[in-house]
Amino acid sequence: MNMELTDMSDQLRQRRALAGDLGESGTKIAIEGLDFFYGDNKALHGIDMKVPERRVTAMIGPSGCGKSTLLRVLNRMYDLYPGQRAVGKVLLDGEDILSADVPAAALRRRVGMVFQKPTPFPMSIRDNIAYGIKLGEKVSKSELDDRIEWSLTKAALWNEVKDRLHSSANGLSGGQQQRLCIARTVAVKPDVVLLDEPTSALDPISTARIEELIDELKSEFTIVIVTHNMQQAARCSDMTGFFLLGKLIEFGPTSDIFTSPKDERTQDYITGRFG
Amino acid sequence: MTQLERRLFADRIWRLIATALAAMAIVLLAWILWTVVWRGASALSMSVFTMPTLPPGRGGGLANTIVGSLIQVVIGLAIATPVGLLAGTWLAEIGKGRLADAVRFVNDVLLSAPSILIGLFVYELLVKPFGGFSGLAGSIALAVLILPVVVRATEDMLRLVPGSLREAAFALGASRREVVVQVLWRAARAGIVTGILLAIARAAGETAPLLFTSLGNLGWSFDMTKPMASLPVAIYQYAASPFDEWVALAWAGALVITVGVLTLNILSRVVLAPRGKASK
Repeated sequence: MNMELTDMSDQLRQRRALAGDLGESGTKIAIEGLDFFYGDNKALHGIDMKVPERRVTAMIGPSGCGKSTLLRVLNRMYDLYPGQRAVGKVLLDGEDILSADVPAAALRRRVGMVFQKPTPFPMSIRDNIAYGIKLGEKVSKSELDDRIEWSLTKAALWNEVKDRLHSSANGLSGGQQQRLCIARTVAVKPDVVLLDEPTSALDPISTARIEELIDELKSEFTIVIVTHNMQQAARCSDMTGFFLLGKLIEFGPTSDIFTSPKDERTQDYITGRFG
Repeated sequence: MTQLERRLFADRIWRLIATALAAMAIVLLAWILWTVVWRGASALSMSVFTMPTLPPGRGGGLANTIVGSLIQVVIGLAIATPVGLLAGTWLAEIGKGRLADAVRFVNDVLLSAPSILIGLFVYELLVKPFGGFSGLAGSIALAVLILPVVVRATEDMLRLVPGSLREAAFALGASRREVVVQVLWRAARAGIVTGILLAIARAAGETAPLLFTSLGNLGWSFDMTKPMASLPVAIYQYAASPFDEWVALAWAGALVITVGVLTLNILSRVVLAPRGKASK
């Protein structure tokens, strides 16, 4: 445990150094003037935000501030629920994903999502991964096996499960299940991975492993994470957005947000004065 | 007596009453089971399973009625399961508003409809217009009996599947059909199968829906358009007969049906028990 903690402070230092390089990264997702409604209830007000490519962008704020709502706009998860609608623009590589021309299923293969609670399907470990791959692609068995190993390795789970790929995913621990869900998401080879409070149901050790994982995944994927845990945002992310009452109060490099926030409300939140 | 003592005393009284009533229910059940086993076992022999029903004085068994029951239940199930599964899925996943409420209400009414009414309904629908009792009419009556149970079990079990599992499947780019068929049905499988098994158990023991539909048949019949024998109807007819050997056969039949239904009930518990075991 101590080792891991030291590791983490090392990572934090590296990240501080990295924050300076942010300029090199292109914009993956550009959110422009986004409003969101639950029925007549306006939950997001004119959000403008640029999510950089292959970086970790964290969204923080008190419960009900709209951060999860925004995350669910990015893969159009809200489409499932009548009465919910988004107005504005969300450009993924320049293409407006809110447009009806973009099928939600196709979008979700480019923008994957991991949920708060682990959600393994009632299948074997192997089938959990294979399911997502086979939904969108025709692959040979050997390709499929390669992809399964690749994604489980990416999710730092391969060594723990390689001898029991055919046993039920429900037999895994919570932390393993969550890494399985990450592997399942990654296996589809999306451009963007959305993480909705991915560690809030996990113990500290599992949490640390997922955080390490996020750090490794960002070399290949653009990551957007919603978290209630401010240390986590500070440890894991390159960019941080602070939300309050459906508005994006402040958005910038994580080190700036946490060391010298420009807005008083951000300052109050990260120092624990409310929320 | 202090207030506390009074409350503890009342507590003890209530516990006594509840225990006594529970014991009464169990005693009654055990009594029924014991009578069926005792009377049935003494009448049970190989010929019950190998011989068809014969006129009084010539022995005989129940083989044709057992086979007739199996055929009618299996066909009834084959009709009711797909319809019930899809209707239950519609209620849980797609149907909204007044139409869904209406369907749910009608299904609940059907669920508690007296089975004799279902028999009469199928009689009016199939037996009278087509001029005769038939095994098919019996199967359809059983299907009507099974259908609401399957609808209810499917809807209830799908509603128990956590919303996060549905969202997780959608998040991988699955279509609605793929989410339902490949993830939700699989997650709800144990519960739905249990519901179906219990429905079979109920249908297999019903006499009333068959009285006006498949009627019963003294000999072998595999023709679905002709009257067909069934175990409950045979028990009903034999038990009230003046012949001792028929009465004995009725007890044997009662034992066979009880053991069959009990087995299905136990099976349904076994199916439900190992939650989330390996699925290959």
